[in-house]
Amino acid sequence: MKEYIKKYLVLRRHNMKVAWKKAKRSKMCYLFLLPYALLFTLFYIAPVVASIFFSFTYYNILEPPKFIGLKNYISLLLEDDIFLISIKNTFLIALVTGPLGYIMSFLFAWLINELPRWVRSVAVVVFYAPSIAGNCFVIFSVFFRGDAYGYVNAFLMNLGIIDTPILWFINPTYMLPICMLVILWMSLGTGFLSFVAGLQGVDRSQFEAGYMDGIKNRWQELWYITLPNMKPMLMFGAVMSITQAFGVCDVTMALCGYPSTDYAARTIVTHLFDYGFTRFEMGYACAIATILFLIMILCNKAIQSLLRRVGT
Amino acid sequence: MDRRKNQQNAETVAIYHKKLIKRRKPNRSIAGDFFLYLFLFLVAVVMVFPLVYAVSSALKPLDELFKFPPKILAQNPTLDNFFDLFVTMGKSWVTFSRYLFNTVFITFVGTAGHLIVASMGAFVLAKYDFPGGKTFFHLVTVAMMFTGYVTQIPNYMILNKLGWIDTYWAIVVPGFAAPMGLFLMKQFMEGLPTSLIEAAKIDGANEWRVFRTIVMPNVKPAWMTLIIFSVQGLWNNKAATFIYSEEKKTLVYAMQQIQSGGIARTGQGAAVLVVLMIVPIAIFIFSESQILETMASSGLKD
Repeated sequence: MKEYIKKYLVLRRHNMKVAWKKAKRSKMCYLFLLPYALLFTLFYIAPVVASIFFSFTYYNILEPPKFIGLKNYISLLLEDDIFLISIKNTFLIALVTGPLGYIMSFLFAWLINELPRWVRSVAVVVFYAPSIAGNCFVIFSVFFRGDAYGYVNAFLMNLGIIDTPILWFINPTYMLPICMLVILWMSLGTGFLSFVAGLQGVDRSQFEAGYMDGIKNRWQELWYITLPNMKPMLMFGAVMSITQAFGVCDVTMALCGYPSTDYAARTIVTHLFDYGFTRFEMGYACAIATILFLIMILCNKAIQSLLRRVGT
Repeated sequence: MDRRKNQQNAETVAIYHKKLIKRRKPNRSIAGDFFLYLFLFLVAVVMVFPLVYAVSSALKPLDELFKFPPKILAQNPTLDNFFDLFVTMGKSWVTFSRYLFNTVFITFVGTAGHLIVASMGAFVLAKYDFPGGKTFFHLVTVAMMFTGYVTQIPNYMILNKLGWIDTYWAIVVPGFAAPMGLFLMKQFMEGLPTSLIEAAKIDGANEWRVFRTIVMPNVKPAWMTLIIFSVQGLWNNKAATFIYSEEKKTLVYAMQQIQSGGIARTGQGAAVLVVLMIVPIAIFIFSESQILETMASSGLKD
């Protein structure tokens, strides 16, 4: 055992020496990377570390942070009913819009792949536009207006399905489903573009080979040829949709108000804003941020290991 | 002469051959094609409807806006709403041109800086093997896995320490380091032939020259992609958490104030939506093919 550790250490030292020599030779590279690395550390790595650190403290910006151990987490999970509501809402939204948005992105990318070139480029614009149209989703508040003049209400009343207008964004029963609808409308984003581009790059001769090997319909073709070829893009798209699905707050805040009735549309991010920028309880807000961070990273890792099995 | 003719012949044969292959699509049934495309068309209509509706309400005169049942397209399209928007903005304490300047400044500086900083980093990560490079890139991909909201509160403290709160830099500088830009740029640069760089080096060019005169001109599609992602983020940035002074706030923020001005401003509100969505969508339409070329190398390998 001792021998083994000794050998390991010698090896390590040797590796370090080689790395150091290499590093000395590639000073240029570090210089090039320096501006980005500096900013990235300052605005991405340091905040995550700081967030974890402050989550164990009581901190309100004015007084120096006070270490209070796990108290923030305990009160978050055991005492803060609203946080539990926000977790429930976030997971509901993420579980519905994440996978659905992902599947939609792939499905439409796949379907438009065989269209003629110019039709395809028009279709890409049509599908992608909602996700880059800024806060154009606010227009949904006109469709779902709460009085009898809102289009959806008027339509349903004319059909005789309802007799009084529904307060879509004030009644907790309808808030989340409508928000999900809007989020789905906007979900064909970066992942979708990646899929469209990736599908164009799949080698055509593979399809012919597959045809010879007895692939019978387009669904078999999809599973045995297209999907395995698309694995890297599928991974990338998954990252995009998970990040988006758990970070929902714009849509719910703009449509249902902040705070929303009975907190029925509160998400984790909204809760974070509330404690961070309204009440200035930074320690508590950092605990929320850390929990959100962990959820996102774990979810990403889980989905990635799942996606590795596609097409096998 | 003869050889050229032969070559031409070969080319026509090749084109003909290609067409033949293209025409013969195995594994497709006509009925399946028909229904799938019908489905696709219907979905496309649903997707585009809210956008069309926003544009048409921005063009509707006031009496048409509240007509019931509503018409999807404006009967007498007018630009009144846009003019009214300028009038309303003109009356506010901070002038319209100031808001516009703020947004354009933030978008322009943020995008330019992001492009330069991210491509410099991406260049060495893609083309050189040096200790720590791989680890760093892995960190960047991990950073893509959580939203910016997670880091917002510590970011506030850091910007506060730097004394950047309530300046443009609070919005601009963190944008330089957006992980998505570096990721896409690096993946795209990996496709550049290494021999190109080596040849330039043998001719005596140093790294900076290689980067400036050989690498950057060859990755123009990736520029466009970085630009669209960055512009999209910055153009729609409300900047409300980091900037307090009214005269430094952005167009989006000012416009949202108008939008919340009640039912009398419905038309102007729609005009706001159109103004805000037109820039990112226009950039996307003009650079679509380049963006797709970049996205083809966007895959995450493990």
